[in-house]
Amino acid sequence: MIRRLFIGSVCFYFALLLIGPILYLAVQSFDEGIAAFWREVTRPEALHGFMLTLEITAIVLVMNLVFGTITALVLVRQHFAGRTVLSGLIDLPFSVSPVIAGFMLILLFGPETILGTFFGTLGVKVLFAMPAMVLATLFATFPFVVRELTPLLQTIGTDTEEAARTLGANEWQVFLKVTLPMLRWGFVYGATLTVARAIGEFGAVLVVSGNILMLTQTATLHIYQSYVDFNYVGANAVALTLLAVSFAILALLELAKAKAAATLTSAN
Amino acid sequence: MKIEVRGLTKQFGSVQAVSDVSFTVKEGELLGLLGPSGSGKTTVLRLIAGLETPSGGDIYIDGKRVNDLSVQDRNIGFVFQHYALFKHLTVFENIAFGLKIKKWKPAEIEPRVAELLSLMSLDALEQRYPHQLSGGQRQRVAIARSLAPRPSVLLLDEPFGAVDAKVRQELREWLIRLHDRLNVTSLFVTHDQEEAMEVSGRIIVFSKGKLEQIGSPAEVYEEPATEFVARFIGAMNILEGQVLNGIVKIGSLKFPAPNISDHVHVKVGFRPYYVKVAEDPHRYRQPATLRHIYFLGVAYRLEIETEEGLILRSRMNKEEFRQYRLEVGQPVSFAVTHFRFLPQEGISFPSSASSQLFDAGPLTP
Repeated sequence: MIRRLFIGSVCFYFALLLIGPILYLAVQSFDEGIAAFWREVTRPEALHGFMLTLEITAIVLVMNLVFGTITALVLVRQHFAGRTVLSGLIDLPFSVSPVIAGFMLILLFGPETILGTFFGTLGVKVLFAMPAMVLATLFATFPFVVRELTPLLQTIGTDTEEAARTLGANEWQVFLKVTLPMLRWGFVYGATLTVARAIGEFGAVLVVSGNILMLTQTATLHIYQSYVDFNYVGANAVALTLLAVSFAILALLELAKAKAAATLTSAN
Repeated sequence: MKIEVRGLTKQFGSVQAVSDVSFTVKEGELLGLLGPSGSGKTTVLRLIAGLETPSGGDIYIDGKRVNDLSVQDRNIGFVFQHYALFKHLTVFENIAFGLKIKKWKPAEIEPRVAELLSLMSLDALEQRYPHQLSGGQRQRVAIARSLAPRPSVLLLDEPFGAVDAKVRQELREWLIRLHDRLNVTSLFVTHDQEEAMEVSGRIIVFSKGKLEQIGSPAEVYEEPATEFVARFIGAMNILEGQVLNGIVKIGSLKFPAPNISDHVHVKVGFRPYYVKVAEDPHRYRQPATLRHIYFLGVAYRLEIETEEGLILRSRMNKEEFRQYRLEVGQPVSFAVTHFRFLPQEGISFPSSASSQLFDAGPLTP
């Protein structure tokens, strides 16, 4: 009896929080027919938003993979003063509101500041342009790769790398042939979380982008703008598309996991 | 000399892990580095491999000083306690790893790996991944991987520490056979004195970063050079006393010490099998009470308490044990038939100090 009660309440919770809203969103997207849905998704503003989100996500993903790996390696392997402080700071983006992050960037790169003047004289536009949007998204997504890799590096230890060195491998070969392959699942999970978060980022990007149509309006900003402009079908359609992309990424992750498990068991 | 270590010292911060250690390893030898955990034996092995940099001293391999050679260039094979296999590679790829790094041609790699697979009885497993192997199989893959590039010496760090007792015994016997066959100079680290005695031709005993004794298993067992070795290798009763008129009197036990001057504090040691125990309280001169009986499989260990409260350990074979009807708490008699004075810093003993004890009472009723 109690078992049923628990199962029932969990199902209800899921329905209320996830399944209900998603179904409603799907229904609302096609409220005016498939043609309207297609028109809204392929309208130039929407397409531009998708492209911009894709570009920012790609840049952020590459930067996180590179710097996340370096950061994790340094935090786990190098013992220096302030390591614990740095390690604690990694989680800061989780606890700071993205709006505050965006606001900090505005203050830092404003036209009166040293940095703002510096980039101004170089002719590089940081605020209300791509650089600030990338920085804001980086701020929000930075912890993911680091947080996936650090526990992995700790459990792996240094034995395997030392074994490779005793077999003649130089530092670069050790990194490419031993360290990176051992971290591959950390990269997969870290990348998945980074992409999902980058696609969905709203607050920080809204503050630093200026939300300029066809210029700095990402997909999420486009949804927000359509909603404010009473274009509900447009907002719903783009939202549903982003949701589909998120689902696809999660499905790919599960597929990769299943495939890895299959190759391991088939070799038995 | 295959390996020579001179005045080797290693400091980790304020901790002296290895202090002034010197020894040589002969060509084709299988030598055990024995000591409790934290005694510096693993550090010595890692220093020879080049995985650690010495704070002082010199290391020679094949007569060549290798202090400034990187681990990659020392041509050593290293086997780690927890295998350290490449989990993302198959057994074949693991063994071939060093050969690929050293740019062997594929036509040479294949037969070499096949040779090692058969040598290590791993034939059908070449396409498996490490997690699909048993502990014993993993360690054999690790040994095969280290042997593949034909290293000039093989270094094994607690190679059987991570497998269960039965597999450990198999691996030991298997390592001895492998060594007989390949004759590659091998050093292995262990904290298990039984393992060291069984596997190695010679043993080096370490304690607190210092070398205590080098010798054959029989030498370190029968003639321990220090008190530490006496205590660490096998069971030993150790009593302390003071010499007076050429005799050390400990309770009712008297040990003759004709060549030691008076008032010197000494430690007297004797193995449990030199303590004879009889059910008949009058057979031997010394009375005691039986406190515990331990069954060791091949024999029994008896723990007796003398009237002065000294606890002594005795070893009794099964036949003898069956003749008596020994029960815990009953009175017994005992005699110590052999003993030796343990070496102590600052005191030198004449070699005759180890002798048969005449004052222990009659050995026959």
